[in-house]
Amino acid sequence: MSSKYETVIGLEVHVQLDTETKVFCGCRNAFGAEPNTQVCPVCLGQPGVLPVLNKKAFEFAIKVAFALNCQVQKIIKFDRKNYYYPDLPKNYQISQYDMPIAYNGKLNVSDEAGKVREIGVTRAHLEEDAGKLIHDLSAPFSYVDLNRTGTPLLEIVSEPEIQSPEEAYHYLVTLKQIVKYLGVSDCNMEEGSLRCDANISLREEGAKELGVKVEIKNLNSFKAVRDSLLHEEERQEDLLDEGGTIKQETRLWNDSKNVTVSMRTKEGAQDYRYFPDPDLVPFEVEQETIREMKADIPELPEAKRKRFTKEYALDESDIEVLIAEKDTADFYEQVAAKAGDAKAACNWIKGEVMMHMNDRGTDIKGLGLDPENLARIIKMAVKGTISGLSAKEVLKANLETGEDPVKIVKEKSLEQVSDEGTLDEAVTKVIEGNERSVNDFKSGKENALSFLVGQVMKETRGKANPKLAGEMLRKKIAETR
Amino acid sequence: MENTGKNIITKETVEYVARLSRLSLDESETDRFRGQLEGILDYIEQLKEVDTEGTLPTTHVLPSMKNVFREDKLTPSLSNDDALANAPSKKDGFFKVPRVIKD
Ligand SMILES: [Zn+2]
Repeated sequence: MSSKYETVIGLEVHVQLDTETKVFCGCRNAFGAEPNTQVCPVCLGQPGVLPVLNKKAFEFAIKVAFALNCQVQKIIKFDRKNYYYPDLPKNYQISQYDMPIAYNGKLNVSDEAGKVREIGVTRAHLEEDAGKLIHDLSAPFSYVDLNRTGTPLLEIVSEPEIQSPEEAYHYLVTLKQIVKYLGVSDCNMEEGSLRCDANISLREEGAKELGVKVEIKNLNSFKAVRDSLLHEEERQEDLLDEGGTIKQETRLWNDSKNVTVSMRTKEGAQDYRYFPDPDLVPFEVEQETIREMKADIPELPEAKRKRFTKEYALDESDIEVLIAEKDTADFYEQVAAKAGDAKAACNWIKGEVMMHMNDRGTDIKGLGLDPENLARIIKMAVKGTISGLSAKEVLKANLETGEDPVKIVKEKSLEQVSDEGTLDEAVTKVIEGNERSVNDFKSGKENALSFLVGQVMKETRGKANPKLAGEMLRKKIAETR
Repeated sequence: MENTGKNIITKETVEYVARLSRLSLDESETDRFRGQLEGILDYIEQLKEVDTEGTLPTTHVLPSMKNVFREDKLTPSLSNDDALANAPSKKDGFFKVPRVIKD
């Protein structure tokens, strides 16, 4: 990007809210069912039916709005957005036009270097999701599944204040983290529970007016958002440099070819002819609801980051790993308190525990590890009751059987041998069997010693106290000189 | 838009509105609806003469009613057969419609 232009990006994010039922009817809100089995007259758009707002969806939306520092509106109303497409059988979508859930929020977005910038949130509104279409490639037909129709959807619109594709990426990471902390959506992009459209325009450095914007759709990952914006930034820059003009249009991102392609526009501009939905009465947010929702917001990532920095002597990057997911952060705090060692608890979680999570393709909850048990293992390792190697073995056994770590240590007789008499035999044997390494060490090669310690560990099946083994090796080799 | 109450609905306006609603109108229908739509706008013009000073805008026809919620509780959905019962065309549990994307 040359310095001649400024990039201006705005993002529209749709988050599916994780309620039990749909937003205006009692059908199940879940991904992956057989087609058209989670539908009823309301979400099928049959005549004469009456949509009624799901209280939980409303509360979830308000919670997100507060977490994004928005002003939740006193009077909230729903409108019909009219368009004709088979994914919505009513021919209109129940959405919100001029009296949405909330306006004027802000999000503090930090980049990789930790530099924080505030990005405005224009508005957040609640609407119903549309159904899904599958297009027949061999015949002129499309197939419609309306299970998704009526899924509660919160649209969060950012101000056009994002300055780079990289910042757009971080905005999304931050937003997703907050929504997940609130527990109102799993934000799974593969299953479509978080979706994003991006707007991008370029203008001459310092210009006040915004340039002509292009909307990018078909973004299936945060990486796709960043890559498509990078591509579009370059395309617009080249076009402007050649004296061309940008056409206001919608372009689709092609992930495999790494390009955006103009979506041939439907005839005429979009004209949704919004009007108030007479089926839904207005909503007034009661003070009690506001109090309850605010009280229900957990400590959010930004506050947690600050507190962790103050309370635990950890590196910034370690803190980011621990607070990425709320459950992991909670788990860490329990382990740190019980083990009485914040640094060891951090190392164990970001090391062994996360390795087991990755192996099993699960999160901390799915792993089913009891923080008390991990704390016991850490304590034994810190105290030297068991070696680091044995501690890892105990964790593995505990994950498999759920058995008490202290009991596992006893049963497998993993107690570290810190007694010279018991180690003597192993040390002597290793010295006798590794003449070359012993000579190397004698001639000043320090690292030959770690090899010999390793051999003692092997000989004792990991039970030797490595520090003690090292000392004994030094002493014994010196004696044989 | 400047509203003179006369001739604001052109033939093009009717055709545009019809296209948005996926309706195809013939010449005589277009003409008939042009007149009717204009009549509606004339009526709105008349209403505008009413003094509404101090009257709040109506957001709903039932002004005393608000906050009608349902709890987040499951109710039975239709069976796939019932859901598709009135569909003119279906396949493998799906509604079948003419292809809606251009290639
Ligand atoms: Zn339903």
